[in-house]
Amino acid sequence: MISIPTAHALLLAGVLFLLGLVGVIVRRNIIFILLCLEIMLNASGLAFIAAGFHWGRPDGQIMFLLILAMAAAEVSVGLALMLQLYHRSHTLDADQADRMRG
Amino acid sequence: MNVLFYIAAAVAVICTIMVITNMNAVHALLYLIVSLLSLALIFFLLGAPFAAALEVIVYAGAIMVLFVFVVMMLNPESQTIRSRKQLLRPGMWFGPAVPAAILLGELIYVLTAARGTFPANVVVEPHELSRTLFGPYVLCVELASILLMAGLVGAYHLARPEALETSEGDDR
Repeated sequence: MISIPTAHALLLAGVLFLLGLVGVIVRRNIIFILLCLEIMLNASGLAFIAAGFHWGRPDGQIMFLLILAMAAAEVSVGLALMLQLYHRSHTLDADQADRMRG
Repeated sequence: MNVLFYIAAAVAVICTIMVITNMNAVHALLYLIVSLLSLALIFFLLGAPFAAALEVIVYAGAIMVLFVFVVMMLNPESQTIRSRKQLLRPGMWFGPAVPAAILLGELIYVLTAARGTFPANVVVEPHELSRTLFGPYVLCVELASILLMAGLVGAYHLARPEALETSEGDDR
């Protein structure tokens, strides 16, 4: 039988979230910014699963399902915006988008 | 069996670090897929088999395919041919293959050692999960469906061919 301490699972979630946050701040390629957003959403899902494991309740997994649906919607809109940016400025650098007017 | 969790956690953290330090988008995607698979194994060890299956199917399957699709679409032709030649070199796929092999070994060990039972002492079965999801949480299901519909309409509106053509016309 396995008995993982909840604190360790939450610590892993925190580390993964921090890595994603660092990636969002450091990287300027818009593909990598979206990837790091995915990492952060996944880490929050892990925190919910760990909490559900701690109390033996299904609510944590339900929140994970909702996060999954939200991530799917976010990725589809984000990638469409990325295509628009690439067709407008022919670059994937997020800093180039500061010249948008209107 | 606790050591399985720590190995999978180490694989997840290392692969995530490789994602944010990688310069090539396709390689970063490969590492991210391995990281998601290790998180799926962690979900399984934490007594959430349904969430683990969804993590593999929806995250590592559907969402990452969307990413790969867009990255391949944006690559210029010459770069694509060059990267195809690079893909045949062993050094390209060796990095993600090793942690994936570690995860496969862990999965085989879990499945053979458990003999049909779940490794965790507290397991939330899909039956109980769906009873709760469509009981007290049914409003959240409706909200999620509205959100997905908004995502669908927004993605279609932003990436439709007329919008891309007019934006190209603005450039000239």
